Amino acid sequence: MRLSKRLRHILIWGGLVSAILAPIAAAANSPLLQWREPIYIIAGFAGIIAMAMLLLQPLLAISAIPGLSPHMSRRVHRYGGMALVLAVVVHVVGLWMTSPPDVIDVLLFRSPTPFAIWGALAIWAVFGAALLAFWRVRLPLRVWRWGHTVLVSLAVVGTVVHAVQIIGTMETLTKSALSVLVVAALLLAIARRRVWTMGIQPRRR
Amino acid sequence: MCDRLCGVYLARQLEIPSQYAMFAAKKQLSRRFHMKTSPMTRRTALALGGAAVLMPATGLIHPAQAAGLAPTPTMRGGANNYRPDAPIVGRIGGGGFWMTGTVRRAGDGAPLPDQRIQMWAHTTEGHERDPHSHGATLTDANGVFRLEMPQIVPAFGQAHGHLAYDSAGFKTVFLRPLLASLNETTLNVEFVLAPV
Repeated sequence: MRLSKRLRHILIWGGLVSAILAPIAAAANSPLLQWREPIYIIAGFAGIIAMAMLLLQPLLAISAIPGLSPHMSRRVHRYGGMALVLAVVVHVVGLWMTSPPDVIDVLLFRSPTPFAIWGALAIWAVFGAALLAFWRVRLPLRVWRWGHTVLVSLAVVGTVVHAVQIIGTMETLTKSALSVLVVAALLLAIARRRVWTMGIQPRRR
Repeated sequence: MCDRLCGVYLARQLEIPSQYAMFAAKKQLSRRFHMKTSPMTRRTALALGGAAVLMPATGLIHPAQAAGLAPTPTMRGGANNYRPDAPIVGRIGGGGFWMTGTVRRAGDGAPLPDQRIQMWAHTTEGHERDPHSHGATLTDANGVFRLEMPQIVPAFGQAHGHLAYDSAGFKTVFLRPLLASLNETTLNVEFVLAPV
């Protein structure tokens, strides 16, 4: 019993670490990197790291990562959210510096690339979810929980569709695996939290 | 002679408000065919209605094509990182990739010689913004152009090139074609230009 629990911890940690490091390592070996300026490379990796954060964040929110106390999980989730916003900012600013008109087209929803609109959706969903977290104590409970759940769901869907359609430094197999895990982690967190049980309107007395 | 659905279709084609659809469609039909009481069979009416709906979809009666070959429209994002007046060169950088194409006149499709076509891309030798990634060439007597440039590689999510026609005489066109696959070493692009 004790051994199997320990084995489970090791497997979960190993799975998480490899699910995050494998796509980063694969992208670091991409032949495309040799034809890119450093700022473009940094922007690309910031995007991959932001996507990897989307795997950890739901698991931290429901303290499903073994070895971390619920209190610790929550704290790491909070810092993780800040890191995620920072990664998104680096991703967008880095791409802007590489090719300003392409990024302006994305933000104005007139880009010719099909994945751009999903990336733009994910940007605003991440910022919205972070703003709600920032004002959480001042918000009604239902606004906070429903809002954060809906926005992070949009962020995950936007990010995954964005990433899957891009021909870039990410390698196909590790990108697909990370995509599946990110969606699975979100669904697990939603299933645990059951935000719908509290309804949309407060109960009348 | 014409059931309700067919009437609605015809009305839409004739741009008549839908509440008058049935009545107006019948009236228009009989007027068009100089008939007081329409001897038109239900089958003919349905066929006509169907044809009226399908014709615009096939593009057969598009106004620009009514006169012949339609001009190439500018593509979204085509002008991104454009640098006006890129020099005419024998080759961009070390070469290895061929950008080819034709330049014709809208309408009659006549090949246009001595037209300047400009191109740029993210390649193995530089980003789109770099001046040395840009160059231009002229079409030959048959309206054909070909310019060697470094291999195009994926950037901003797609392997794509940029081309521009930006001289006087015809309307400016910016294109952003995609490579068929990452292994392609050539890209063929057709310009059909509209007179200013």
